Amino acid sequence: MAEATQQERRRTEQHDSGLGLVSPDQSDVIRLEQVHRIYRSGDVEVHALRGVSLAIGRGEFVAIMGPSGSGKTTLMNMIGCLDRPTRGHYFLEGMDVSQFSGNELADVRNRKIGFVFQAMNLLPRTSSLENVELPLLYAGASPREQLRRAREALASVGLSDKERSVPSQLSGGQQQRVAIARALVNRPSIFIADEPTGNLDSRSSLEVMEIFQRLNREQKLTLVLVTHEADIASHATRIVTVRDGRIRQDAPVASPRSARETLDQMPPASDEAAEEAL
Amino acid sequence: MKLWAILKVALRALSRNKMRSLLTMLGIVIGVGAVITMVSIGQGAQNLVEEQIQSMGTNILQVWAGSRRFGGIQMGAGTSGTLTEEDILAIERESSVVQAVTPIIRSQGQMVFGNQNWFTQIQGVNDKYLKIRAWPIQDGEFFTEGDIQAAARVVVLGKTVADNLFPGIDPVGQILRVRDLPFRVVGVLSSKGQSMMGQDQDDITLMPYTTVQKKVRGRANLSIENAMLSTVSPAASYVAEKQISEILRQRHRIRQGEPDDFTVRNLSDIAETAQQTTTIMTLLLGSIAAISLLVGGIGIMNIMLVSVTERTREIGIRMAVGARSGQIRLQFLTESLVLSLIGGLIGVLLGAGLAIVISRFFSWPTLVSSLSVLVSFAFAAAVGIFFGYYPAHKAASLDPIEALRYE
Repeated sequence: MAEATQQERRRTEQHDSGLGLVSPDQSDVIRLEQVHRIYRSGDVEVHALRGVSLAIGRGEFVAIMGPSGSGKTTLMNMIGCLDRPTRGHYFLEGMDVSQFSGNELADVRNRKIGFVFQAMNLLPRTSSLENVELPLLYAGASPREQLRRAREALASVGLSDKERSVPSQLSGGQQQRVAIARALVNRPSIFIADEPTGNLDSRSSLEVMEIFQRLNREQKLTLVLVTHEADIASHATRIVTVRDGRIRQDAPVASPRSARETLDQMPPASDEAAEEAL
Repeated sequence: MKLWAILKVALRALSRNKMRSLLTMLGIVIGVGAVITMVSIGQGAQNLVEEQIQSMGTNILQVWAGSRRFGGIQMGAGTSGTLTEEDILAIERESSVVQAVTPIIRSQGQMVFGNQNWFTQIQGVNDKYLKIRAWPIQDGEFFTEGDIQAAARVVVLGKTVADNLFPGIDPVGQILRVRDLPFRVVGVLSSKGQSMMGQDQDDITLMPYTTVQKKVRGRANLSIENAMLSTVSPAASYVAEKQISEILRQRHRIRQGEPDDFTVRNLSDIAETAQQTTTIMTLLLGSIAAISLLVGGIGIMNIMLVSVTERTREIGIRMAVGARSGQIRLQFLTESLVLSLIGGLIGVLLGAGLAIVISRFFSWPTLVSSLSVLVSFAFAAAVGIFFGYYPAHKAASLDPIEALRYE
């Protein structure tokens, strides 16, 4: 344990020493350089990010942790191109998206980024299939292509039989899987999940993590997971801890937990039993 | 993102909230329906007035001889005797827009047939009179040029005169007496009804003008006080007025600056006034109805604003998955446009239906013109765009982060 902490500290130091000097590297999917984000509401300035530098390589599964108010959500919005840095640069696949216009950012979100949110952000009274088709609609895909790829994505999260169901007919876990299918449908470069298990029971959470790990392993998908649950974060290959708008810790996970294995160990019965098993 | 895709998204969003969509539409339905109904009532009235004016003859002009002075006393139009038969022939010959001219020699008298009698206006005219007034004959025939040259004692009776003198008898061929002279009835005119001024136009007896001059008036006064003429079209009446004036001034050798010794009266003036009145009525009705359309539009804006607030999260999701703000704006704009167009369509049907009902059950003439349908439909679309723009713009300018967190 002590050894791991040392390692983390070293890594953080390395990053700190390299501030502002890191050059854009093509192998990094995400590269943040000295990113600041200041919110102004009236005369009050809120410094949500105070110079964050972070590089995430292709195929990494990074968990961002931190208490509420730490700036982890701002960081996630930044990585997800929903927000732009007040100062600093953000290179996404080598493109400096911090200079992009609103429309350009929308296109980047459409083509490069897949989102999964804590709250079931599915369109209400809209079938799973149509929810999954949504990004393709804005990508300008043909109706046939939309249908084919949406079906494919739903199948990959094991919901082929729920194509016509509307969110209110689905369980929380199923809704989150629809959201994952929607995030996957446009074959994004990075996949961002904001507290994806926040509203789920243990088994559904594990199922979601299992899908993430499978996508990461099989498709080399870059995953950024924002969570405050340590046991969920431990499924990632690297954990970044944020506090007060700065990165406090950045360490690889020596042996990430396998959601598959935990699920296999769980008795398939009730949720109570599943929680006891954890 | 193609048009069909935007349309599909908008239609789905609307069908997800059917009740609200219907209520929003109702405002436009009522607005457009009211415009169509009101305008059709107005145009029906306008049409009726126009028909009446047409029957009066909007392409008809009257020329009156000037006034005669008797030691400072003006005797009134037609008394100067300056208008002659030659003048009338010259007008017919020289004016490019005059179709036909007839002198009108006015008189009056008691018609007697058997034990019936009737006092009526007598007009001496030529054989072109019916053509000028667009007045068909009902029975028998009109007198001929030969009758005019011969100053024959023939009459053509108006419907009222015929009905009063010959109850139950066919008047054609009968002999009646006017001022103790026998006249043969050669024809009966069809009914023309009341004039705009409320006069019975059928209470009239027509004779060759030569007959009136020589036999009815009892003295050989060959002057003509009044002539009636028709132009090729109602629009040509002003040109005709000018040409007649020029012809007569030249023939009467009136020098520049001196006043005319005749008057040209244009019925188009009356027609225009009447038409203006009904046009104003149509506009008035239409604009009152347009206010309800406006209120319907504000209803659309209201609902769309509520809808944008309620669907903030949806907007956030769409933005997060890559919708540009322009696409969001277009989506909401399409929604309000679809609402107003469908509402407009239903409104047109409703309005037209109502107009038909009104004309059938209240016997008020209505006219649903394609123009009013097009205009109100276009107006509905414009209302949809105008009042949909602000909510759509509001939706498009949402911040995706805040929209996603909106509860």
